[in-house]
Amino acid sequence: MTWNDVVFMLPEIILSIGASLLLIAPVIGWRLKEASAKWAILILLAITALSVVICSNVVEGLPQTVSYSAMFALDGFAIFFKLLFITAIAMIVLLSDDFLRESRYSAWEYYSLLGFALIGMMFMASGVHLASIYIGLELMSLSSYILTGFFKNEQKSTEAAMKYFVLGTVSSGILLYGISLIYGVTGSLNLLTIAKAMSTIITNDALMFGIMLLGAGLCFKIAAVPFHVWTPDVYEGAPTPIAAFLSTASKGAAVAIFARIFYVGLHDFQLDWSNILATISALSMILGNLAALTQDNVKRMLAYSSIGHAGYVLLGILSLNAMGLRGVLIYTLVYVFANLGIWATVLMLRRHEYAGERVDDFEGLHKRAPFWAFAMIIFLLSLGGIPPTAGFIGKYFLFAAAIQSGFGWLAIIAVLMSAVSMFFYFRIVVAMYLREGREAEVAITPALKLVAGVCLAVTLIFGILPAPLINQATESSSWVAARAAILTHAGR
Amino acid sequence: MNNILSWIVWLPIAAAVILAFFPRNAVTAIKSLGLGASIVTFGLSFVVVQLFQDSVATFQFVESHTWIPQWGIRYALGVDGIAIWLVMLTTLLTPVVFLSSWNAIHKHPKEYVIAFLIMEAAMIGVFMATDILVFYVFFELTLLPMYLVIGVWGGANRIYAAIKFFLFTISGSLLMLLGIIYLAFLQYHDVGRPDFSIAHLYGLSIPMHTQAILFAAFALAFAIKVPLFPLHTWLPDAHVEAPTGGSIILAGVMLKMGTYGFLRFCLPLFPDATAKYAKLMIILAVIGVIYGALVSWVQPDMKKLVAYSSVSHLGFCVLGIFALNQTAIEGSILQMVNHGLSTGALFLLVGVIYERRHTRMLADYGGLAATMPLYATFFVITVLSSVGLPGLNGFVGEFLILAGSFKTHPTATIIAAAGVVLAAIYLLWLVQRVFFGPVTKEENRSVPEIAWNEVAAMVPLVVLMVWIGVHPNTFLRKMSPSVQKLMTTVQKGGQRGQVMVAGALTRRSAAPSPRGRGIWQRGPLPSGEGGRRPGEGR
Repeated sequence: MTWNDVVFMLPEIILSIGASLLLIAPVIGWRLKEASAKWAILILLAITALSVVICSNVVEGLPQTVSYSAMFALDGFAIFFKLLFITAIAMIVLLSDDFLRESRYSAWEYYSLLGFALIGMMFMASGVHLASIYIGLELMSLSSYILTGFFKNEQKSTEAAMKYFVLGTVSSGILLYGISLIYGVTGSLNLLTIAKAMSTIITNDALMFGIMLLGAGLCFKIAAVPFHVWTPDVYEGAPTPIAAFLSTASKGAAVAIFARIFYVGLHDFQLDWSNILATISALSMILGNLAALTQDNVKRMLAYSSIGHAGYVLLGILSLNAMGLRGVLIYTLVYVFANLGIWATVLMLRRHEYAGERVDDFEGLHKRAPFWAFAMIIFLLSLGGIPPTAGFIGKYFLFAAAIQSGFGWLAIIAVLMSAVSMFFYFRIVVAMYLREGREAEVAITPALKLVAGVCLAVTLIFGILPAPLINQATESSSWVAARAAILTHAGR
Repeated sequence: MNNILSWIVWLPIAAAVILAFFPRNAVTAIKSLGLGASIVTFGLSFVVVQLFQDSVATFQFVESHTWIPQWGIRYALGVDGIAIWLVMLTTLLTPVVFLSSWNAIHKHPKEYVIAFLIMEAAMIGVFMATDILVFYVFFELTLLPMYLVIGVWGGANRIYAAIKFFLFTISGSLLMLLGIIYLAFLQYHDVGRPDFSIAHLYGLSIPMHTQAILFAAFALAFAIKVPLFPLHTWLPDAHVEAPTGGSIILAGVMLKMGTYGFLRFCLPLFPDATAKYAKLMIILAVIGVIYGALVSWVQPDMKKLVAYSSVSHLGFCVLGIFALNQTAIEGSILQMVNHGLSTGALFLLVGVIYERRHTRMLADYGGLAATMPLYATFFVITVLSSVGLPGLNGFVGEFLILAGSFKTHPTATIIAAAGVVLAAIYLLWLVQRVFFGPVTKEENRSVPEIAWNEVAAMVPLVVLMVWIGVHPNTFLRKMSPSVQKLMTTVQKGGQRGQVMVAGALTRRSAAPSPRGRGIWQRGPLPSGEGGRRPGEGR
């Protein structure tokens, strides 16, 4: 390991040390100051973000593009997702603050687990080797199992954690089995080497089986049909900020590795897996959105809608062109911010244990908090992909990518399901604006205001002036796009 | 004055943003600002009409700024003879709405004014956009305010109506988005860079089967909006539940976004598909004319009656558009304006009486002419305009449509002309039952006369009805160069299609036109060659 290698991983190293310190902080004797835990993690996240930016600048000057025996890259793709994840985790910390204060559990442990999850996600963003990707994925998953069941005296929370853990480990096993089969056929775990090996393989049943298992494992992580059944139960049972974490940051990380593995490693097998993914995508969009129609619980509704969104994002992955890759980046960012905004609004309604979880709880919100009710409309429109919100830009890219690669029928399903999704998103609008009588009780803290405000700004600004976002996505995806393009030419 | 169109679009939005910071209880100030902003917008659009050059067929007052450079999307505005009167109609009807609902809105007046201002800006944007994606953005932007207007200020069953309206429209427009994306790809393959400018897209030559698919995607969105016969079911619900102002804008302007879309996109972009499917559209339009009229006839509810009469009248507009000749299309555009004026006025007047009596049932009225003479005068003039009495606006529009479409589709025209007769029946019957005869109900003896604000809202509409009826050339002469250009684009496309067909024919008959010769020389032997001497082929 050289000094250069350290630069590649410096943000993760800093974060690991910091998260460990958070864990032992109560033992050392800082237990009395529970409130300082929030500030500790926020400062830690700020330092990490800063180090990501600095390290990426240093790495740009280095001759090598990957380090640790070609296991770890700090390319534009990784930086984009790392900064997105750090921002998302920072917002989830802000969302959790109020929630934790009312509970009796240690904020230090909670934030340290969030930190560990973030390390895993950052590894996933950087991984160009199936082993490093898997390690990152496991670190993130294990942290999120614990976080899901963090409120251990609550039955729902524990039940959700148990379900998530059992199904999650099984899917990790499937994923690992797939990886081992791919290793057996191609002789490598490095994505670039796998791609090279694949370009010479015409057909191989073991490899096909391995890719299918890998795809199944990844689909579980992004909650695509038919590997989605855990999602509603886990989102419902998990503490609301953790549900926000699972539906945004955790899902974004899974999308990042999905895109990288398939764009860099497996694109030569496109013909074989694109149609399978197209089926999965269509099923996710249809089932996710139709099932969301009947949900009265907002958390479950968002869970089903996130299944639908997994279907949308798969459009970008399976279309396998530059448009699709950019679409994945843009859509993930847009989705994370819109969703976090919605979760922040849900938390504003929270006054007792489970308030804000039913659609009815939104009744009359626009009388109590007109601005945040309006913000909620914008977030919902963004998820539905209606201009002038950022969601439109993301959906545009994904639809265009699908049409470009000949999946017009999938694009038609996607728009029809968007129309369906507007129906259940607008149930919340109906409750907020159109129903008379009750006035929603709200507890709007400055932290929630900050999160919702940032999300609103991002959603609107990138909706009205998307040029910088598109440029950034183009630049950030260029490394991966270049690998995919180069190998396409070399292989055929 | 360089970017006067931007001023017209953004002034209402600026007013809406300022209003958002007003205190809730400053009701008069809020209403005044809304009315003031909409009147200034009307003034600006009037300036545009004055400066509009009659002889120019292309877009005027053009503005174009880079918006999303990566896709070649430009924030581009312009008006031509087709759009200008619709812009004018929008800017006219918005102050009319504010005036007519001056005392009618007690619930959230601030949000009401903001919603209408944003809606106005979006609708103007739809008519002014010269970039297809900007058009789409404005098209979608009209949805949410109207949804809220129906849903918040509407009647008893408003939530159902609002959602139905929203879902119908958005399903169509999302499919149109796919069409737009596909169109952009075609353009990209043609010129090598992404380009969404409508004027540039007109130059595309699209193969027939692609045209058919794209035509379907666009036409569905617009047919829902118009609404064309089998897709009209959202309209009566939306109208009955919407507040008066919402109905005025919905019928007056929003439905025209559909007919305008046909003229702006379906006809010039997909001329071959238009030629092929014109018959289908005309059949649906004529069914709409008759069906709308028959259903109106039996409505006990005044508002529902007027709503179904919209289905009937818009059927005329679609008939005129797909008759595909200059007279009919000009008549159709004029009829869009006419319908906006007369149906807007009808909804306004129904709203006036509903405010006073809280019922819209025909059976609850009778003999109102005695208690409300001024109101009755306005109502009768409006009804006569809607019926198509010579000397008022409806006659000119319907006459031009029927005269134009008779040339191409005589049978359909004759059937549609029955719709005019039916309109006279149901509308005059409405007048008779509400205004004439003895006063049957005691409540109707003391209904207050139409108020100053309602008179102020009605007067410009009535003036325009007479003006268009007496001197339609003021309006027609501005639109005819643009319509002529549209017709050449459509015919050029049609000829291109005929050339393709002719090329195939010449190959078979071995008398090649220059174009056919080109095919002979370039490619391998066409398959038609084998068909000429079937015996030798085997």
